[in-house]
Amino acid sequence: MITFILNNKEVSTSMPPGTPVLDFVRYNQYLTGTKIGCREGDCGACTVLVGDLSTNELRYRTATSCLMPLGNAHGKHIVTIEGLNMADLNPIQQAMADESATQCGFCTPGFVVSMAGFCLSKKSPTPQNAIAAVDGNICRCTGYKSIERAATRVAYLLENRHDQNPVQFAASHAILPAYFATIQARLQSLSSTPNGELANEVPTAQRVGGGTDLYVQKHDEIKDASIRFLADNTDLKGIRQQGDQCVIGSATTVTDLIESPLIQQYFPDFKQYTTLVSSTPIRNMATIGGNFINASPIGDFTIFFLALDAELTFREGDSVREIPLRNLYLGYKTLDKHPEEQLEQIRFSLPNKQARFNFEKVSKRTHLDIASVNSAIAITVENDVITHVRLSAGGIAPIPKQLINTAEFLTRKHLTEALILDAIAVAQTESAPISDARGTEAYKRLLLGQLIKAHFIKLFPELKVEQLLTLKV
Amino acid sequence: MKNIDSRTHVRGESVYLDDIPVIQGTLFGAAFGSPVAHGLIKNLNLAAAEAMPGVVRILTYKDVTGENQIGGIIPDEPLLAEHHVDYCGMPVAFVIAETDDEARAAVKRITIDIEPLLVITDPREAQAVGQLIVPPRTFRLGDSATAWTACDYIVEGTADTNGQEHLYIETQGAYAIPQENNGIKLYSSTQGPTAVQRAVSKSSGLPMHQIDVDVTRLGGGFGGKEDQANMWAALCALAAHILNKPIKYSLHRMEDMAMTGKRHPYSSDFKLGLDKDLKMVAYEVTFYQNAGAAADLSPAVMERTLFHCTNTYFIPNVTATAYSCRTHLPPNTAFRGFGGPQGMFVIEAAIAKAAEELGVHASVIQEKNLQQTGDEFPFGQKAQSEAHACWHKTDELYAVSEIRQKIASFNSVNQLYKKGMALMPICFGISFTNTRMNQARALVHVYTDGSVGVSTGAVEMGQGVNTKMLQVAAHIFSIDSKRVKIQSTSTYRIANTSPSAASATADLNGKAVEIACIEIMRRLKAVAAEELNVDVTSVSLKDEWVYVNGQQTDWDWNRLLIAAYAQRVSLSEHAHYATPDIHYDKSLEKGHPFAYHVYGTAIVEVTVDCLRGTYEIDAVKVVHDFGSSMNPLIDRGQIEGGIVQGIGWMTMEEVVFDKAGRLRSNALSTYKVPDIYSVPKEITIEPLQTETENLALFRSKAVGEPPLMYGIGAYFALRNAVLAFNPSATIPFDAPMTPEKVLLALYHVNPAQTSSYAQTQTANDLAVNP
Repeated sequence: MITFILNNKEVSTSMPPGTPVLDFVRYNQYLTGTKIGCREGDCGACTVLVGDLSTNELRYRTATSCLMPLGNAHGKHIVTIEGLNMADLNPIQQAMADESATQCGFCTPGFVVSMAGFCLSKKSPTPQNAIAAVDGNICRCTGYKSIERAATRVAYLLENRHDQNPVQFAASHAILPAYFATIQARLQSLSSTPNGELANEVPTAQRVGGGTDLYVQKHDEIKDASIRFLADNTDLKGIRQQGDQCVIGSATTVTDLIESPLIQQYFPDFKQYTTLVSSTPIRNMATIGGNFINASPIGDFTIFFLALDAELTFREGDSVREIPLRNLYLGYKTLDKHPEEQLEQIRFSLPNKQARFNFEKVSKRTHLDIASVNSAIAITVENDVITHVRLSAGGIAPIPKQLINTAEFLTRKHLTEALILDAIAVAQTESAPISDARGTEAYKRLLLGQLIKAHFIKLFPELKVEQLLTLKV
Repeated sequence: MKNIDSRTHVRGESVYLDDIPVIQGTLFGAAFGSPVAHGLIKNLNLAAAEAMPGVVRILTYKDVTGENQIGGIIPDEPLLAEHHVDYCGMPVAFVIAETDDEARAAVKRITIDIEPLLVITDPREAQAVGQLIVPPRTFRLGDSATAWTACDYIVEGTADTNGQEHLYIETQGAYAIPQENNGIKLYSSTQGPTAVQRAVSKSSGLPMHQIDVDVTRLGGGFGGKEDQANMWAALCALAAHILNKPIKYSLHRMEDMAMTGKRHPYSSDFKLGLDKDLKMVAYEVTFYQNAGAAADLSPAVMERTLFHCTNTYFIPNVTATAYSCRTHLPPNTAFRGFGGPQGMFVIEAAIAKAAEELGVHASVIQEKNLQQTGDEFPFGQKAQSEAHACWHKTDELYAVSEIRQKIASFNSVNQLYKKGMALMPICFGISFTNTRMNQARALVHVYTDGSVGVSTGAVEMGQGVNTKMLQVAAHIFSIDSKRVKIQSTSTYRIANTSPSAASATADLNGKAVEIACIEIMRRLKAVAAEELNVDVTSVSLKDEWVYVNGQQTDWDWNRLLIAAYAQRVSLSEHAHYATPDIHYDKSLEKGHPFAYHVYGTAIVEVTVDCLRGTYEIDAVKVVHDFGSSMNPLIDRGQIEGGIVQGIGWMTMEEVVFDKAGRLRSNALSTYKVPDIYSVPKEITIEPLQTETENLALFRSKAVGEPPLMYGIGAYFALRNAVLAFNPSATIPFDAPMTPEKVLLALYHVNPAQTSSYAQTQTANDLAVNP
């Protein structure tokens, strides 16, 4: 039995735990305000709020309900647009209406829910952050300018919140219905309910983390599949420092990483990179482990952690196996991993003071898109000599790739513009991109070179840009 | 006045097709589409699918009770394929099962043996082998053949535009509910209830009066549901008719993308001649329209391409020819602009090419050739032009030369980023080019409690037409807008409607509402005159009160209505409107097809990241000819939305078919429309308020389609930014200008060597859940 609070009501269901929350709310609970636009997490029309107590305080994040299995809703507060309605329009709805930010209206509930998620988050209430909150919502009518204006007004609603608890503030200032103030206590008593059914020990069970890739790839099969849910497994969560290493649980979400003080300390631009990676609701759901195991040749975090030469820990029963991420990929979507092995941990050495890091990604649409080519670099230069470098790139081979030859070529050499151009030539020899909907081979080769230039231009501002922007490829 | 649906929209309470409560016993349909683009059906194996749980029936062409035909303009489109298939995704069978999931699971078990035939995806190839939907058409003005001798400069070239997926966020769908005595109540997400009614009538064999198509609203249409809602409605209705059960089919996104047509891709040849003063003297253009496998609306789309082939310019000698080419792609269809944007892109490309060769700004040529009032279009209509007014107000307000200077100084000091700008003047004709479609009806009931119900043929799809209808009724009756309700659009209440399309919906239906309300008002005033014993010409109604000679009486709206009812005066009216003055003679290709034209000028400014090939749209600054906007909030929304959709078409939206005719950009993960970060940082819209009489509703000019074409400026602005980085770049006129094309142009990689056809491995990876 899966039990959770849906809006202001406790619900229990014996539907298969793989059922998307979207289908449950629309076709079982008849809450039709949550819309179906794409069923692959790309349009945001089905956005819901997910409130949980895993950090011991009630925390809300948005999720695309088309990719979220019921199993991941257990013990949580799921909020649909109906759960945000009050007698009058709530101030978010009022802002959307006043700014004419709704035309056909089909995407609108998703935008309102995303903005409500912003009001319930601890993000500072700036218009930029309010707009960022709807980065996963597609509108085909308005051209977004009216939505930007509405989001700006929503940010001002929170002007006087300061350090107050966001949930209490929203409930007490009638931004959201008053019942939100009761949820923390209700979830606490709910979470004491044991949930035996979710601890699936069937060895062949399909493992599901955030579901953001599986529910796209295997939409039809997964609904009724036997599933082992990983997203709320506390053994697989957490980001911590062990000596000079960082250890990340495989079920850690991208948002967990973004919010981690440790990651922020060592990668000050991390948040900037991640704006290029999917959207707010997907980052809220997607796990780092899932990104690796999905084995996409252009997985953004795979490329990121390849440049850090991350090590993976797999567990199967009592036996534990360690393997570098760079050795995980044997071929296109083929892993050096037994079917029953569970990815537990990701470990990497935290960069020292001299090390510099950069991540680059280009896609057809800058945000909320899959890369044409992406690349990351970790590099240390001492006295103009490259002492250590790791370079990775995606979209240029059947697997996400560490460019080992290029790194070797660069190591122990003086960093000059000419060296970078020569290194790009080496990188071409260890790439084999193919033409597809994300770009032609010629483009991906050119782009790989450009992103390598971009790494150096960004990390070493003293380089002479004009010598790198040569028109000859 | 805000959109009247705002409240239910923001609360998630607005009802769309898939939100209609399902009646007990409803069955669910799902279509099996051809996996092959062209071939002969040798064997269709349904046995495994029929054995699947929940399957009730699988329909094929043999089950069609009427004519197996849903073609609108030309009967060339079967409801279900018979002996051959013409495009990937063409419906071959329709599975009916007890649940949605069961229907789709059964579809996966259907297998088909097809003997493949030659697949053509390129319109020029189709034209070369004579595969045309209709005979070609040519518009002529002056004599271009002899005019070349008068030209000092001549440029020639080709210009291509790709298709565009509508991506209405609500997918296509229909829900058919059998009624007694063979009637069918049909909910359909359609812009054309009558088109659906006709297609259902033809394919089921039922007369039109048995079919009530009822539409409350659409979650977006953009032309994609003008003709292409027919298929799903006809399939559901057929199944409902045969099984006597309610049948529902709400398409999944990938079904929708694979099975429905899109904006027509065009490939075109142009030749433009100018004199030494940069006046355009002669223009010859040949359009190859990629119509897809069936006519759908392609002949009409092609016609509008010809109507807009000179955009807002006067060229004395024009020869414009268009071919509607039959290929093996899903039938392409209406999309905001309806062929106009494709025609306008080519003349702008010709101007850009001339400007680049002559070393002048394109805007110099644009400005010198703007049409004046009285200038003749190639199709004979004389312009009532606001082109100069819009252009000069743009220059005055936004200071084009200052923008140009700022960009030049930015470019001189920045190596990694270059800015570019372009001006995009537009001129768009309002009316259905098929003259007979320019008619509409409205049914207005005034109830004795003072409330008013209005029915029209207009379909609300976000464009705000219902709000405008409500404004008309409230204004004519001079009552509080809360008293007026716009009813759903039903073929039982309003017959023989034209689709909500061509930007003309508010004009046509609004005029009909106006006529109906005025007639009821005439009767009400007569009642008031009689009751108050005054001359009827002295009676007026204002803010729900009766006035005599400008003096308020103690008769209010409700009292008047009750008196009228007591006198047995009709409080209902069904009115008809037909646009006056318009006509067109196809044998001469001359006439006056448009009620009026909408003008405007936009400045588009962009910044290109010359390292990565990515770009941002900095600003779009517009002066737009509103006439006199009756709803500035709604009209502004239409302009902002149109601009962004146009920019999407010109930049990131890339429809990719492989050589076998399979759609590779088949989901939102592979087909990208603008998100909130990709829109212009600034959109400024200034009205050109004109007092000239026109045929628009309350002189408020149509606003649905014209602004989309401002987006074309983004293509040329990007081009100029690339040229600022690499002045010798050769950039083919080939939209969309994706980051890929930008980067290749920045660095001289020959685009001819590249091909966007997918290889199998990643193609399979991308085509999730094919």
